[in-house]
Amino acid sequence: MPVIRVVEPGYQTTVQDLGRPGCAHMGVSASGAADTLSFRLGNLLVGNPENTSSLEMTFTGGVFEFDADNLVALTGADFQAKLDGTPIPCWVPIEVKAGQTLALGRTRGGARCYLSVHGGIDVPLALGSASTHLRTGLGGLEGRALRAGDELRIGPSPGPHRAIRQVHPQKALRWLDARIIRVTLGPQAHWFSADSAERFFRETANVSEDSDRMSIRLAGIRLRQLRRDEMLTEGICCGAVQALPDGQPVISFVEHQTTGAYPKFASVITADLPRLGQLMPGGSLHFELVSFEDARAILRAQEEWIDSMT
Amino acid sequence: MQAASALRTGLDIVPASDHSILVTLGHEISPEVHARVRRFCHLLTGNLHDAILNVHPVYASVLVTFEPRESDLEEIGALLDLLLRKVDEIEDPPARTVEIPVCYGGEHGPDLAEVARMCGLPPEEVIERHVAGEYSVYFLGFAPGFAYLGNIDERIAAPRREVPRSEVPPGSVGINGRQTGIYPLATPGGWRLIGRTPLKIFDPQRERPSVLAFGDRVKFYAITPKEFESRCR
Repeated sequence: MPVIRVVEPGYQTTVQDLGRPGCAHMGVSASGAADTLSFRLGNLLVGNPENTSSLEMTFTGGVFEFDADNLVALTGADFQAKLDGTPIPCWVPIEVKAGQTLALGRTRGGARCYLSVHGGIDVPLALGSASTHLRTGLGGLEGRALRAGDELRIGPSPGPHRAIRQVHPQKALRWLDARIIRVTLGPQAHWFSADSAERFFRETANVSEDSDRMSIRLAGIRLRQLRRDEMLTEGICCGAVQALPDGQPVISFVEHQTTGAYPKFASVITADLPRLGQLMPGGSLHFELVSFEDARAILRAQEEWIDSMT
Repeated sequence: MQAASALRTGLDIVPASDHSILVTLGHEISPEVHARVRRFCHLLTGNLHDAILNVHPVYASVLVTFEPRESDLEEIGALLDLLLRKVDEIEDPPARTVEIPVCYGGEHGPDLAEVARMCGLPPEEVIERHVAGEYSVYFLGFAPGFAYLGNIDERIAAPRREVPRSEVPPGSVGINGRQTGIYPLATPGGWRLIGRTPLKIFDPQRERPSVLAFGDRVKFYAITPKEFESRCR
């Protein structure tokens, strides 16, 4: 079976798919790719079903040796990829020959880059998914990030499948513009003062350095609670914007705690969850309030854009 | 409030996001509210919509997550509303009873002596009272397979430690107020540890990964250190 040899792993490279959404009742959050839009497009570019396991790289990419010919694609942030020293573009299928080395560098902007290979990365499924859940050591390659010397087996070809030939990078990057994050109001939105809600949408938030796949912590804005009621622990969804007791907003992300007792002011719309995966520590963003009808229309437009390319 | 206006239904059913709905069935941690949550989950799992991805019960609420590309808040909300109207009309669904062996005290229950002192009871009586109860799994959270069990005897309701342990051995049985729980994995933890079970509480490779599930009834029984060792092998 063909393999990819990991020469250098990069800052944090994991095997991901679209996650395990049905496990929250067991205390396991869905995990999955942080930027599902880039992830899905990467698979479609190499002729895989959308949920085929691929590599998610964070801030810096790895160096990979291929022992067989393959078709690969890089999507998401531009990590300055080179194939045997020659720069290669993102968002298009690239043919790799046996013996060639794919080397990625530092991001030019955006936190995550995906490497998709035709056939996918073959790892055992855990709770129905190949996704690495780093906090619990579940899934992926032994539940951890890649290390130098790892060998990744390539799965069998999925056969003819809906595919796309190329993605217009500017259009993709518009869907992934992490400077604006659109939200709907959360279940405890009325617990917060109108003044602090107004400022939440007006002021600039900064992404804290301690953000990760579990949560995105924000600085620069504060949410002031009117009520100090004891909240009963509730289920949390990915993208929920919670307020800590000191008012710091925290967005629960793909490896979030499944439950929590902090009030939830807002929720990131589904179409913008991929943007969260591209937020850089220290980066700034604005929140924009939309209606549930808007959220639905934006998601529909995003899906129609994907469909239009296949 | 915009958050509520997208649905025709009242404050019991509100969107938690554009892909999830929070159903509130009570406002306290109690066996009665838990029974209501169980009945609602029973109704829902018997009437699942294809787009529903997860039914996530906690103390007094259920978070229902769905695929927003296949359905919407109105459709799922209407289903939940219909079921919520029936929640007090049906019988409580039967519960599974799970028995958990625990080696109390000693190296496996390093806080037993302190719990006994705090509660003004001999350690043996703390064990007796912990074993005597039959508990409900209120929900699983914090870590994969970690079940929040209640309510334990008021006399042994010791508060959590002021300084949590940085790592709790898997299988450790802890007390936190009126609740008790079992740490499935080696994680940090602040509950007071009175014993340890040799059972593997969570194993993703098993067909049933978690020994405990929401709604189960749980009883503990005491085993000796020797039995603990032999069952670990």
